Order: sequence, then C-alpha cells, then structure tokens
Amino acid sequence: MKTNYDVVIVGGGPAGSLAAREAAKGGLKVVVLEKDRDIGYPVRCGEAVGEKGVTQFTPMRDSWIAEKITSATLVSPNGSQVDVKFQKETGYILNRRIFDYDLSREAAEAGASIFTKAYVKGLIKNQSAVQGVCVDYLGKESQINCKIVIGADGLASRVGRWAGLNTLVRMKDMESALQYSVSNVNVKSNTMVMYVGNNYAPGGYLWVFPKGDKFANIGIGISGKYSKEKSAKKYLDAFMQKEYPEAAILTTMCGGVPCAKPMEKPVGNGVMLVGDAAHQVNPMTGGGIAAAMKAGWIAGQVAVKACEKGEYSEKQLNAYPKRMFKEFGKSHNLFYKIKETTEKLSDDDLNSIAEKVLSIPFDKRTLTSVFKAAVFKKPSMIMDVIKVFAGV
Amino acid sequence: MILIKENLCDFCGTCVAVCPPDCIEVREASITIEDESCIDCDLCIEICPIEVLYGENEN
Repeated sequence: MKTNYDVVIVGGGPAGSLAAREAAKGGLKVVVLEKDRDIGYPVRCGEAVGEKGVTQFTPMRDSWIAEKITSATLVSPNGSQVDVKFQKETGYILNRRIFDYDLSREAAEAGASIFTKAYVKGLIKNQSAVQGVCVDYLGKESQINCKIVIGADGLASRVGRWAGLNTLVRMKDMESALQYSVSNVNVKSNTMVMYVGNNYAPGGYLWVFPKGDKFANIGIGISGKYSKEKSAKKYLDAFMQKEYPEAAILTTMCGGVPCAKPMEKPVGNGVMLVGDAAHQVNPMTGGGIAAAMKAGWIAGQVAVKACEKGEYSEKQLNAYPKRMFKEFGKSHNLFYKIKETTEKLSDDDLNSIAEKVLSIPFDKRTLTSVFKAAVFKKPSMIMDVIKVFAGV
Repeated sequence: MILIKENLCDFCGTCVAVCPPDCIEVREASITIEDESCIDCDLCIEICPIEVLYGENEN
C-alpha cells in the first residue's frame, strides 16, 4: 500500500469497483479499500437485477446468473396471486459473490490496487477539502493522501458523515431487511414472487427469488416506521413457518435498504459518494445494483476529468450528480412519489386491485395494464399519478 | 445506554445508518457503541432486523 494515490475508493462493492475501473482506465493511480476479508462477501442482497443494468457496463457471464427471470407474481394480502409476464425486459437473480468478485477483477486488470481487511477510520481534511484517509490495514494504522475520496461504503457510510454531507435516512424510508437463502423448497422457476400488504410486510414487501433447483432467496423488507412494533425477523419467520416449514436455511443475512430519494448533494470538496452510501436505490423496489454501477461509472470518469484539470472542488465534482440525476436520479425521485402513493393503499385496496387485474387475460397482462387496472380500482390514485408524471 | 447481543449480531450496519450522533462503529466482525455520545433515541433498537440491540432496562 502506497501513501499517495490520485483516488481512494472506500468499499469494494459494485459501485466502488466500477468507479475504480473507470478511474484506472483513465490513467489515475487508484486504490480500493475494503473493510472485510473478502470482496463480495458477506452478500447482503436479494440479488435481482435487470439485464441492461449490468450489460451496459460489462457482458453478462453465465457464472453470475443463478436464475433467469421472465415473469413476476404479486401476492395480495388475501393470497390472490397475480402473474405478470415480462414483455421486453429480462431479469436475473445473480450470484453476487461471484459477480462482485469479477467486477473487482475488472478494476484490478484496469490497474487499480485493491486491499481487503483495510478499514478506513477517518478522513484527512484541509479546511473543508478532503485530502486523504486514515486506514487500519491488518492492524497497522497509516495515512493515505489523495486528490479525491470516493465513498462507496454502503448503507452505513461514514465517509459522507465525516465529510459533512447529510447522509441520514428517515426511519420511514429505511427498510429493515432480512433474507434467508434456503434449500429444499418448491418454488416457481424463472419467476420472482412478491407478497404485499400489512400482514406480510408493512411498508415494504416479502420476496421469493428462485436461485436454481429447489433453492431460493426468501427475504423481507419492512419500513422502519413499523419495525419497532414487530421486527423483520418475526414477520419472515412467521411466513417461513407457514409456507416453507421444511426449508433448510443455509444462509441468514440482514441489512438495511435506503428507499429514500437519492441524496441531492453526494459531493463535497475532494469527495463523492456512490451507491447505497448516496441512497441510490430504486425506492419502489429496493433494487440498487444497476444504480450503484452507473453512479460508480460516472464518478470514476468525473474523477479522471478533475485530475486532468487539477481541480477537485465540489463545483468541479458536481458534474457527477448532474449526470447521475439525468441518468437515474430523476426517475428515482418519481418512483419515490409513486411509493408515497402506494404506501397509502390499504390491504382492502390491494385485494381489490388484485381482483381487477386477475380479470385481465394472462397474455394481455403487462405492467402497463396492471397499472391501469390499479388506477381504475382506486380512482384517487389518478390524481397522485398525474402529479407524479407532471412533476408537481 | 444500548446493549448488544454480540454473538447474534450480523454486523450489517443498519443501526449505523440511522444513528443521529454517529456513535456506532461496525467493522467486519465487531460492533461498538460509544456510550458518552449516545442520546438514547433507540432508533438502532427499532431498525435492527434481528433484534440484537436492547435498552438496559429490557430483557
């Protein structure tokens, strides 16, 4: 580990690896500091992603794919199942452990240095400008100076806090999540199943994502607004007991998902935040892989430009949020508004929407027709939806 | 004061993300809460998916 780099990236997930790859490709001296002993492990993710979310940055590899997803089933509070076939879009349930590892290898092959078991304890600052990090690497503390720090340090980002950025997520927008990877379960192949409603998952949803023969990720996210009364674990265990009592739980993982609006200002002097650290998660679905990759990709390129100019101010780095909002930030803001509308639906509303959708023949059931049916059943949603699309 | 069932913790860091005074540190396999700066807001207890944290008067 050297004492000087152009860019220090804190965190070796997809956001950090894409940022590292792009910055290294642009000729910068880059180091990735990962606090854990492994890149990509422990996995804390449902592992679902849309095809294009990945393939716009790197070709999809067979070893990353646990299951191809071509349809979704929504289960309403009274147990009605609504199947929706994907039209053009294809999804995947990934093997994040292999996926993250390979993205990290791409960064290394582009020239980035990568260290695991490297815990960043603080930032080196000159006035408000971030100029490096203090790192504990294998029990030895040292300082690394740099021009730009990229905080890809996930949900629990402290880089942002140390830099003075507002990273706090409101409790209602923080999903308290828990997932089991289970074997010996009979699940529909190529189909992601999502259970909605207060009895399954208040302010969130419960998912069953197939991962190959008789294997699945079964998880839940509930809003922090409700987790005080009853924890995510209690909800998920009750579901498992009822639906999959024979399942063997091979992995237990938990975490939080910031289903908030993307951070308005994920930059400061000499610092950028990407991925979960900047709340770059689709607030409707909780999916964050594609957004994290895109943000890392942009931030890496913005770092290259900044170093070419020798200018690392917030003003210079603002090119990153500007592009980010254009690419996905604005649509995440829209999804946030839709989320605010749908979270007002009662279990009865959801049941009657499901009933209406079931009257549409399966081969005519597209996401658009489902949406139309939902609006038809709940006319007050029309105004909300108009407001969302009109940007009011 | 917040207490921790450390052998049950998954070190996921969700508590860190909601802690207003930033007094929780989670590393690969350790969690520490600085009692002096803790404001006893209990948000960490509320958000923990697996009920690892608890107040000193509970349990």
